[in-house]
Amino acid sequence: MLALLSLPALAVMAALLFVPVAWLVALSFIDEHGSVTIANYSRLLADGSLFKSMTLTVQLALVVTLICAVVGYTLAYAITLMPRWLQTISLALVALPFWTSALVRTYAWLVLLQRKGVINKILVGSDLVSEPLHLVHNLVGTMIGMVHIMLPFMVFPLYAAMQRIDADLMRASLGLGASVFYTFRRVYLSQSLPSLAAGIILVFVLSLGFYITPAILGGGRVMVIAMIIERDVNLHLNWGPASAIAVLFLLSVLGLFAIVGRFLSVERIFQGRA
Amino acid sequence: MTPAAGREPLSIDVSGVSKSYEAFRALDGVSLHVAAGEFVTLLGPSGSGKTTLLNIIAGFVRPDYGRVRFGDEDVTLRPVNRRGLGMVFQNYALFPHMTVGENVAFPLKVRRVSKEEIGGRVEEVLRLVQLEHLAGRSVTALSGGQRQRVALARAVVFSPQIVLMDEPLSALDKNLREEMQVEIRQLHKKIGATTVYVTHDQREALTMSDRIAVMNKGQIVQYGTPEDVYNSPNSTFAAQFIGETTLLPGMAGDQGMVVCDDCQIRSARPLPAGRELVVALRAERLLLPQECNKFVNRIPARIADVIYQGDSMLVLADVGGGQRLSIRRSLRVGLGGPIPKAGEKLMLGIDPEDVIVVPRT
Repeated sequence: MLALLSLPALAVMAALLFVPVAWLVALSFIDEHGSVTIANYSRLLADGSLFKSMTLTVQLALVVTLICAVVGYTLAYAITLMPRWLQTISLALVALPFWTSALVRTYAWLVLLQRKGVINKILVGSDLVSEPLHLVHNLVGTMIGMVHIMLPFMVFPLYAAMQRIDADLMRASLGLGASVFYTFRRVYLSQSLPSLAAGIILVFVLSLGFYITPAILGGGRVMVIAMIIERDVNLHLNWGPASAIAVLFLLSVLGLFAIVGRFLSVERIFQGRA
Repeated sequence: MTPAAGREPLSIDVSGVSKSYEAFRALDGVSLHVAAGEFVTLLGPSGSGKTTLLNIIAGFVRPDYGRVRFGDEDVTLRPVNRRGLGMVFQNYALFPHMTVGENVAFPLKVRRVSKEEIGGRVEEVLRLVQLEHLAGRSVTALSGGQRQRVALARAVVFSPQIVLMDEPLSALDKNLREEMQVEIRQLHKKIGATTVYVTHDQREALTMSDRIAVMNKGQIVQYGTPEDVYNSPNSTFAAQFIGETTLLPGMAGDQGMVVCDDCQIRSARPLPAGRELVVALRAERLLLPQECNKFVNRIPARIADVIYQGDSMLVLADVGGGQRLSIRRSLRVGLGGPIPKAGEKLMLGIDPEDVIVVPRT
């Protein structure tokens, strides 16, 4: 009887997730005249630029995730050490990007990072560098923008987990003879690991779908998969080819997770015992 | 489990240790010697400095002045993780992401003991605390008493020469606490490690200790066996903090007499120096009229209340100077006469041998 109560949730899931994906898959097998075809796929496999773009997207997402993990972990840890009032301010500052649109933030970065932008002016003015750095219209600028947007997704779960770690456990570990490094690894990291893993998955998946940031800060040099899809829709004025890219990419990402899952037990990560 | 070869317990020697936190003097020139294998309790109210002293012995806190020695070695500047201590913490501090066995194995793993030896030792020490059947259980699934036993097992599994315990029983309910007091006492006898134990519970201190260091305001006010500390407190603080005590201020008179507001009390013990004194009367030593003989001191009193408490009876009586005495009688022995009634005026007694006199401070 109780199982029936989950029906509304299942219906929502079906309507919002399974139906659109099924629709997408169906579209990818239909050509501009409305007949069933595999032309969309055969054309993609022949096109080398698609594979390059997929690799770039995954690489970009991995690097952004890695930077977010390192910066986010350090930042979350630093915040837990602060006095209460400073914690509140710091968390508000981390959350600030949530309250402004990605577009506005991305243009703000453009202003800051460009050749005659604030950052280059300071660097050149203080003689730290002789030439302005190429901080934007390339991969570096894209990464900076993406890390900024993704950081809260890493910091908040980590901060929550770190808050719950009992400081007495660190004392206990040191008191019983463990080194500072061993204590960090076996007591602190172990207990924050589930949240770190959750943050990594969240940031990675979201990073795969970025469009605005690479489009503006990449200066046309960073062709991520979302941009290829947009180009194909505009080029062919037809959903078929773009849908095929989306389906192919979805399968690739699922494949990637399957490979990762073979080496890393997700269950163990979530029990904090990896 | 006996201490492994070459693991004889170490003495602890604290000398002239002071520690301030900004304007607050947590410890003020404290010295303490704990003999090898001894069980010493630091007893005092919160803010007395007992936890700070333990943390200095442990190495969590560095003293502003003074030295700490283990045996012949000066360890004042040695970091906590290189002092080789077994420790039990308030609220257990068990690692929630590890099983009972993994928690107990932790100090051995840190010391790079071989896998086979870890297995044997963990089993042995878990048997000692009667938890061998729970080795694979998560610590979060245990009761308070079981967690406490795991914490004890973890502290002694590597045969430490010194064990420190910081109010380990404060989170348990009264019955379990009393049970664990006896268990810790027996565990100490088995493993023989020098033990320093912090508590604010006087009964706990009396039950377990070889010696008690009574602490107040950053100083050790008295250091002695439980009998010494209970029978011969040296200050109003020690007299009042340990036992159920009423204090009557008075002036020194002739021949061991102390003159209080409306009575004179003779003590069989030598009086402390000074004119201003305080008589400390233990609730269980005060006598009801039917228990008095002609040799005892008499104190006129008016009964304020009589309270039944199951195993004993508490009588509250007002005496001159606005003081209220507590008298406790075990009900099993009986009162040997009528139970006093509220409002009744009578003469209470106290044997001169039982009269504790301390200087007024």
